[in-house]
Amino acid sequence: MPETLLDIRNLRIEATSYPPGEPPRHVVLVDDVSVSVEKGKVLGLIGESGAGKSTIGLSAMSYGRGGVRLTGGHILLNGRDIRTAPPGALRKLRGKEVTYVAQSAAAAFNPARRLMEQVIETSLSHGVMTKPEAEARAVSLFRQLGLPNPETFGTRFPHQVSGGQLQRAMTAMALCPKPDLVIFDEPTTALDVTTQIDVLAAIKRAIHETGVAALYITHDLAVVAQVADDILVLRHGKKVEYGTTDQIINAPHEDYTRALVSVRSIDHAEKPEAPPLLQVQNVTARYRGTNFDVLKNVSVDLAPGQTLAVVGESGSGKSTLARAITGLLPPAQGRISFAGRSLSADLAGRSKDDLRELQMIYQMADVAMNPRQTVGTIIGRPLEFYFGLKGEAKRKRIQELLDQIEMGKGYENRYPAELSGGQKQRVCIARALAAKPKLIICDEVTSALDPLVADGILKLLLNLQAQEGVAYLFITHDLATVRAIADRIAVMFKGQVVRYGQKSDVLAPPFDDYTDLLLSSVPEMRLGWLEEVLAHRKMESAGN
Amino acid sequence: MHPVLKLVAQRIALGLLLLLAVSVVIFAGTEALPGDVASAILGQSATPEALANLREKLGLNEPALYRYFSWLGGVLTGDLGTALTNGQDIAQAIGQRLGNTIFLAACAAVISVPLAILLGLIAARYNGKWPDKLISGITLSTISLPEFVAAYFVIYLLTQVIPIFNPVAMVFPGMGFWEKLHAVALPVIVLVLVVLAHMMRMTRAAILNVMQSAYIETAELKGLSPMQVIWKHAFPNAIAPIVSVVVLNLAYLVVGVVVVEVVFSYNALGQYLVDHVSKRDLPVVQAVGLIFAAVYIALNILADVISIVANPRLRHPR
Repeated sequence: MPETLLDIRNLRIEATSYPPGEPPRHVVLVDDVSVSVEKGKVLGLIGESGAGKSTIGLSAMSYGRGGVRLTGGHILLNGRDIRTAPPGALRKLRGKEVTYVAQSAAAAFNPARRLMEQVIETSLSHGVMTKPEAEARAVSLFRQLGLPNPETFGTRFPHQVSGGQLQRAMTAMALCPKPDLVIFDEPTTALDVTTQIDVLAAIKRAIHETGVAALYITHDLAVVAQVADDILVLRHGKKVEYGTTDQIINAPHEDYTRALVSVRSIDHAEKPEAPPLLQVQNVTARYRGTNFDVLKNVSVDLAPGQTLAVVGESGSGKSTLARAITGLLPPAQGRISFAGRSLSADLAGRSKDDLRELQMIYQMADVAMNPRQTVGTIIGRPLEFYFGLKGEAKRKRIQELLDQIEMGKGYENRYPAELSGGQKQRVCIARALAAKPKLIICDEVTSALDPLVADGILKLLLNLQAQEGVAYLFITHDLATVRAIADRIAVMFKGQVVRYGQKSDVLAPPFDDYTDLLLSSVPEMRLGWLEEVLAHRKMESAGN
Repeated sequence: MHPVLKLVAQRIALGLLLLLAVSVVIFAGTEALPGDVASAILGQSATPEALANLREKLGLNEPALYRYFSWLGGVLTGDLGTALTNGQDIAQAIGQRLGNTIFLAACAAVISVPLAILLGLIAARYNGKWPDKLISGITLSTISLPEFVAAYFVIYLLTQVIPIFNPVAMVFPGMGFWEKLHAVALPVIVLVLVVLAHMMRMTRAAILNVMQSAYIETAELKGLSPMQVIWKHAFPNAIAPIVSVVVLNLAYLVVGVVVVEVVFSYNALGQYLVDHVSKRDLPVVQAVGLIFAAVYIALNILADVISIVANPRLRHPR
């Protein structure tokens, strides 16, 4: 008979929030959630941000982040209720029976101490094993997780290894004291898609080989489908659906789950080739004080009212291309022409019209807006600056723009902190549109958003393109987004465009090696995808 | 060359350059005062002939640039000149007093620095609870007291109410180490009270700042005790801001304690400087000013070097 390791019953979690300019509010984060994990099994927790998935994950260690309080229900770990356990008892089980893998390993490792010290720390402080034993176990875990030079890996400091390696080191740290349960909190979300697949495979193998049970928290259903036995779908702190992975993916009962499963399904017909609005010709760029070319001989062009998607991993030069086009980083060589005229390389040499016709939207909508200005002020600024609008005319135009981004009345006087992530991004879009641009550069604008919200933003962008005839240069690392929005695609790798053309050509075989790797690394919403890809790659490398 | 060595060498070179600039400022400052050394020695009733003779004898008729370099040359070879008022060799007079100054500062530092850091860690551990409030309250009230009030209070308490110390902190050459310690106990107590709060509050603030980091949550989820979390995970990342404040206070202990020296009749550099400022003994003022500047600069270089060495990104480049 399978043994129940973690049994959460009718869990209720509350917190007090402090919205700006308002009295403190009492909020219920998790309401009446029950779930259980058997020994050696993996439970996936899935939902949008704010669904309470991390909060539930951390409750398995009886930990509330910030002012979060676990106010009701039972959390049974190995048969005893830990919800109300005293701090001393909790310290004994945290890091010994339950361990935690954070989303950003780069932030979760102490920068001042060597990896080995941190990896074996709990094994020693809880007296699980002696120092030599712990070090030997750490080295074998490093090897199991596919880290380079496992013998000496631990002597490095966190800043000396890459993000994907750190994420694996954090997994080793969690597995080292031989816990019963590991909580994986979005362990691959911050990684590039080609790195994600390796880390995912390493985590899956480690879970399998050590027989540990796991809670796997993510917003990406396709990822969790690869590792979990059961899945709990959450929304607004409540259970939506709870079942086996097979049932959730292939036969979801609830509408919300169906929406999650089918989320990447925007259909966008490619527009035909046309004379270009923007022409980037042989641009090479480097940052001041370095002699490394971040962009190497890049040439792309973009027709009016169309979308060029620039795809690549972090460090491939996508955002640098945007900086070169906007004039923030004058290229060392090459020229950029726009709407039939040659653009000055330097920002200072551009006319007001050049500036107006070329707008930007950023990944982090939060930090792209002044938190002390209202939505009306933020959108009104370009109206004043470019068109000299004032008073009633300005107010009317702001309302028009708010209608265009489907936000309606009553938002003018709100502050950014009072908006959701998707609404903030919409305001940034309205601010860009206010200038009546011919081209908007969108730099990872949906990366920080939940899938359903991101979908809404993409649909809005497509509608606006149809209405206003604006062109997009769309920078992203997410291939599903590319499929949904692009007419043309440029694949970038190490500062070069390795594949370029109309969407239908770029996404059709035969592929070059890098595009193949990139395309095959995107998780697919079906069981067994991870094994298939890995087996396929193994076969190919054996064949070579 | 290892980048840390390079950075350290750069800091030291910059410090020496700064010291040179300070020497120019000190020399120019004393030059700009009305009158000169000769009129200061002979007083207002001096005859023009006597003044001219003395100027000739002291070399004051040479151009300022020449006199600056001969003074600087003297300083570099350990010759600080002679005091005008009593004709004593300045280097010799300073030597013993500098020793006394450093002895007092060192005693105060040895007690106050570890105590301040410890109290800061405890206050951070119990942030917002009564130990934090108690520590903050006491250290804030001691820093708010002017030094001489604190000094008289301590004298009253420890020589009158509980007579265990001597109100006059006289030290002579030839005194034993423990005798000296006993003699300086009262000024040390006063100085500790004065510098404690600043360092303690910086430690607390730096630790609390680091406590917001994600790796602190990781440490908490490892089941470490709050003090382990602070000591092993927060403190190593808070060293740089703490050291910079500690060093400012050490510099104060060396160059800024003249009031305390006077209250306890402690024969050290601060009193020596004030005496000779009132007598317009410019060579002494120049020499002591230069020494104080050197102490400040040296301690700040030390702070920079410790911050560099404490940063693993610089110590172990990729």
